[in-house]
Amino acid sequence: MTDTLEIGGRKIVNRLFIGTGKFASYPVMRRALEESRAEVVTVALRRVDSSSGTENILDYVPKGCIVMPNTSGARNADEAVRIARLARASGSTEWIKIEVIQDNKYLLPDNLETVKATEILAKEGFVVLPYMSPDLSMARRLVDAGAAAVMPLGSPIGSNRGVKTRELIEILVREIKIPVIVDAGLGAPSDACECMQFGCSAVLVNTAIAIAEDPAGMAKAFSDAVAAGRLAYRSGLPSAGTGASASSPLTGFLHEDSHRQ
Amino acid sequence: MSFYDILREQAGSRWSELSSGVPAAAVEKAVLAEDPSPGQFAALLSAGAEAHLETMAIRAQALTLKHFGRTIQLYTPLYISNYCDNECVYCGFNVANIIDRKRLSPAEVEKEAAFLASTGLRHVLVLTGESREMSPVSYIAECVRVLRGYFSSISIEVYPLAKEEYSALIKEGVDGLTIYQEVYDEALYARLHGRGPKSDYRFRLDAPERGARAGMRSVNIGSLFGLDDWRKEVFLTGLHARYLQNRFPDVDIGAAIPRMRPHEGLFTGAVTVTDTNIVQAILALRIFLPRLSLSVSTRERSSLRDNLVPLGITRMSAGSMTCVGGHTAAGGAGAPQFEISDERSVADIMAMLKEKGYQPVLKDWMRI
Repeated sequence: MTDTLEIGGRKIVNRLFIGTGKFASYPVMRRALEESRAEVVTVALRRVDSSSGTENILDYVPKGCIVMPNTSGARNADEAVRIARLARASGSTEWIKIEVIQDNKYLLPDNLETVKATEILAKEGFVVLPYMSPDLSMARRLVDAGAAAVMPLGSPIGSNRGVKTRELIEILVREIKIPVIVDAGLGAPSDACECMQFGCSAVLVNTAIAIAEDPAGMAKAFSDAVAAGRLAYRSGLPSAGTGASASSPLTGFLHEDSHRQ
Repeated sequence: MSFYDILREQAGSRWSELSSGVPAAAVEKAVLAEDPSPGQFAALLSAGAEAHLETMAIRAQALTLKHFGRTIQLYTPLYISNYCDNECVYCGFNVANIIDRKRLSPAEVEKEAAFLASTGLRHVLVLTGESREMSPVSYIAECVRVLRGYFSSISIEVYPLAKEEYSALIKEGVDGLTIYQEVYDEALYARLHGRGPKSDYRFRLDAPERGARAGMRSVNIGSLFGLDDWRKEVFLTGLHARYLQNRFPDVDIGAAIPRMRPHEGLFTGAVTVTDTNIVQAILALRIFLPRLSLSVSTRERSSLRDNLVPLGITRMSAGSMTCVGGHTAAGGAGAPQFEISDERSVADIMAMLKEKGYQPVLKDWMRI
């Protein structure tokens, strides 16, 4: 049976989501999306220009991809909600990635405003994927607010530092029953692989692919790494801490004894 | 608390250090610093750091790629009025200059807007001379209402306003503020702006903060290169930008490095600023403040602008004219503020960026 991730009624095979900012050109971006066979891409609504006469980024997203607009630029819940509604009005999917950032230096999200926006938009029927700082209480609130997944950061956006927040994300993976998708900070395919190995449902990568010398090659590398990490997780990677069991139980003899008795 | 307090603390410090000896090791350390201190920023601006421009460029390029990717945002200036009450000796709009004065009517603004928007540009910077009488806030607001139909982001570069006036323009659709201090040295500022409302140094210095407090999404500052020692001016611009970033973390803070150009009138500038100096200023600002937006205008000639693209700038103006009504010459154009050096069309600038492996970003915001 194919291993799929289900979000918002859609079944997704490729667990690498890709962000569309920072590419040298739309054709370069398209090649990266094609090469990686990504199924979910996020696009900042602020960059979409549907007026005639200019290039439209959406024309360069391969057919069949789920386009998840994001609320980049929103400084509070109210702005995120308005951007989400504009996105829906412009004819895209019901999917929305919430980004509420009041900190331009580190681009760290405002979890409180993110919860508020999630609650409003989920009620309006959006499939809401909120970008967040990994925090269990906030993740639980996001679940209660109707989020379709949570997207904790591995390290600050664009930093390429990898999964610096691993301990906290692992807690989310264990405790949160909706998909945990690591978004931001993954600098190398090995980082993405690591996230998948410890049980994340997917990862979202932009900078590391977009500014690589060969973005298409790097996108493929990330895609393969994500698939490998996922397979390792499903195959019971001992260190993953979940889903692993010894083929012959080490304490099985105790039960055998009890049977004898 | 205002940036003025920080400026006063700086008075008299470091300037001699900037032009003389900073040990090479200190410069090398500053280039690689994760969060450079003001002292390290000064080292990057020092005369000694000129020998390290290549390593600074490598670092600046890497930082810019990480934070902004392979993209350059394009915007275009739109001059709507050149009436001015000031006597800035370095500016073509100087009230003492006998030039054609013009103010666009809303219908003329619409013509210019339609022309500019047809090039694909979606970010516009509205400029006026400094005359509250001839271009009052109500007039600027009227023009903004026209421009809303053509542009997704509207910034203003007008005389300094009160916070409430900024708020009023934000309600009309303005999201960005550009205001250059021209020169941070208070005594020199007083000499260069002897008469007119611009002589109020402090009201101008605090304008970026008032704009940020009023809710501007982006605020751009800078000083006019050629009026004073550029090392000192860039150092203070950097400190000002850092102060604004720390105080208003949700505002996109930017800086520019406008260099004096020929204009009406006689003043030609006290200080020569070379291309090497411009490059050093950009690299030092980038390393000091990795997320700072950095713009370069058509004041600079095309070959230099092209070479600056991969070094740390994030925004360029395109298709610029510095005279009122210059694009459609509706009713005749007014005199220019200064001569531009890069006269290429928007399409040519976009082609150049693509050629260099950079994505021209025409739209990066929308009214919400």
